[in-house]
Amino acid sequence: MVPVGYYTTLSAVLFTIGVVGVLVRRNPLVIFMSIELMLNAANLAFVAFGREAGQLDGQVIVFFVMTVAAAEVAVGLAIIVAIFRARQRINVDDLNLMRW
Amino acid sequence: MELAFPVIGWRVITPMLLVTGTGFACLLLDLLPPKERKGHVAAVGLLGLALAGLATGLLWGQRETAFREMVALDEFALFFNLLFCVATGLVLLLSHGYIRRQGIEQGEYYILVLFAALGMMLMAAGTDLLIIFLGLELMSLSLYVLAGFFRTRPASNESAMKYFLLGAFATGFFLYGIALIYGATGTTSLPRLAEALARAELGRDPLLFAGLGLLLVGFGFKISSVPFHMWAPDVYEGAPTAITALIATGSKAAAFAALLRVLLGPMRGLQPDWLVLVWILAALTMTLGNVVAIAQSNLKRMLAYSSIAHVGYMLIGVVVGTQLGAAAVLYYLAAYTFMTAGAFGVILLLERRGAEAVQLGDYAGLAARHPLLALLLALFLLSLIGFPPTAGFVGKFYLFSAAIEAGYVGLAILAVLNAVIASYYYLRLIVYMYMREPEGEPVVAALTPAAGLGLAVAVWGTLHLGLAPGPLIGLAQGAVGPFLP
Amino acid sequence: MQYVPILMVFAFAAAVAGLMLLVPRLLGPRRPSPVKLEAFECGKPPLALPEGRFAVKFSVTAIMFIIFDIELMFVFPWVVVYGEFVRAGLGPFAFFAMLFYLAVLMLGLLYDWRKGGLEWE
Repeated sequence: MVPVGYYTTLSAVLFTIGVVGVLVRRNPLVIFMSIELMLNAANLAFVAFGREAGQLDGQVIVFFVMTVAAAEVAVGLAIIVAIFRARQRINVDDLNLMRW
Repeated sequence: MELAFPVIGWRVITPMLLVTGTGFACLLLDLLPPKERKGHVAAVGLLGLALAGLATGLLWGQRETAFREMVALDEFALFFNLLFCVATGLVLLLSHGYIRRQGIEQGEYYILVLFAALGMMLMAAGTDLLIIFLGLELMSLSLYVLAGFFRTRPASNESAMKYFLLGAFATGFFLYGIALIYGATGTTSLPRLAEALARAELGRDPLLFAGLGLLLVGFGFKISSVPFHMWAPDVYEGAPTAITALIATGSKAAAFAALLRVLLGPMRGLQPDWLVLVWILAALTMTLGNVVAIAQSNLKRMLAYSSIAHVGYMLIGVVVGTQLGAAAVLYYLAAYTFMTAGAFGVILLLERRGAEAVQLGDYAGLAARHPLLALLLALFLLSLIGFPPTAGFVGKFYLFSAAIEAGYVGLAILAVLNAVIASYYYLRLIVYMYMREPEGEPVVAALTPAAGLGLAVAVWGTLHLGLAPGPLIGLAQGAVGPFLP
Repeated sequence: MQYVPILMVFAFAAAVAGLMLLVPRLLGPRRPSPVKLEAFECGKPPLALPEGRFAVKFSVTAIMFIIFDIELMFVFPWVVVYGEFVRAGLGPFAFFAMLFYLAVLMLGLLYDWRKGGLEWE
């Protein structure tokens, strides 16, 4: 059996790639995909830890996280489409109407 | 596998069930004509919130958990239920005329406000990190959509997008934090987490600390504490003003409820570890919020930075961590809800040339044109400064004295200094309203009966909590009883 | 000291992500010229996206699909344990619990349908 540490390391790597992706990419869709990567890194961690503890809890939590992620996708896509309709082009650098 | 008929604790979730039922009823009602006017949906929503508030009152004093200790019925949850019912009710009252004037009256608006309220209630009642997460998401997803409800206005779109991307980013941290805590302790339930942490060898697990840190980042985003505050001003400015009020009051209170339950509940034993972190967050948040607020000429942005500063004050109560400190946070949240909802309530009634009057200049000489509204706004601003005899004064006094009593004199002094800085930008607005000549086109006010009722409630709350704070202080102290006896 | 292992994991992860961004920068030759930066279309500047533009109206359908698709995920574990519930004499409970869940979903579908979310044109 693969030791649980491998899974958690992979999950930490995925999570960090997601965070870096959010910070360096400019396209909202790609940023959004990076966020999904973060959520899925958490899912992997939940399953791995659940397996280690010999519980089903970890897998059940993943179900709920996936549902939440789907709802997030729906809302996020709807917002992106709304902006697309208004401007025909999406880029976070264009979102600069408001400045401090 | 032994299967038994599950025990379903309906009673524990009565207020939430009522709000859910109202939400579904409003969904169906929205499908029926008339298509243009949706006032009746708002009325049903208000009725549901009133019923939920009533149920909360009837359940007061009981303690129970249900669904395998995932949801709790205790004074803490009930206190916040009441707060959310009031905050959401105020927003519904203020919204009705406003969104009709802005031409975005749709049933979805009220339904989403109700579901956001449901999410907040779940966050306050959840005793499992998973339930808190689900409540947080239900609330946030509703608010993302509501922030972009002006579909044709670029500023509103932009605000929804920023709120969504940064909020979802924070969700990622929050969730990964839960995952690491689950890995360290094998449970996400707060009571069992407390048991696990009581075992000494687990108390020093690096996974746990990393998890707690990520969880704090997630909470920091939701309560908009510095350095996770950058979304707040943009979102507050672009969102419909009534929704800004909801984001500033309800969503913040919900995040504080969950934060208090987690930090002062199972994580209490780790206080030496998170204390310094929260101390720094509190100091940074109030200072930066107040200093940047001075530079703002847009009222919604100014109130956004002011709300960041108030988060800093409330974090003091978390740092203090005593029964007095936590109760002071609850009291402050209630006071803040009334005065902030009131301030945004006045702003959303005022228009100039068909656009919302949000610039400082729009308020020059307001007292001459609309003496009543100017008086109300002045009252709410004085309360935000912390002037006696308003709710804001009692809240600040209570909070700062809790800090001094627990020995955090430095933090208390910093907070008082901040309150002095803050009075500058609030008073500047009052000076504009009372001592300047009106200039340019006249500012019109669109006071509707519903909005009038909402403002009356806000005024009542602001004055009542200031003049007779005793009962609510008692309630707040009882409310933190479940984990701070 | 106890933070070291977890910090190492995150540092390693950050290094991997950083390398992924850096290595192409360093190794790949970058001599851009106006011609190279052009999208390739037989020497002519492109007029439109080659695959055409997707009509935005389909996005609503796609969003609805994602939602209802994921909700069905909760039915699978129910199917797996339904037999055991029946054997334990809890069949009706399990049946109506799922029926209620689906009814809530159907309420959402009804709302979507009446609001015109299912229409393409």
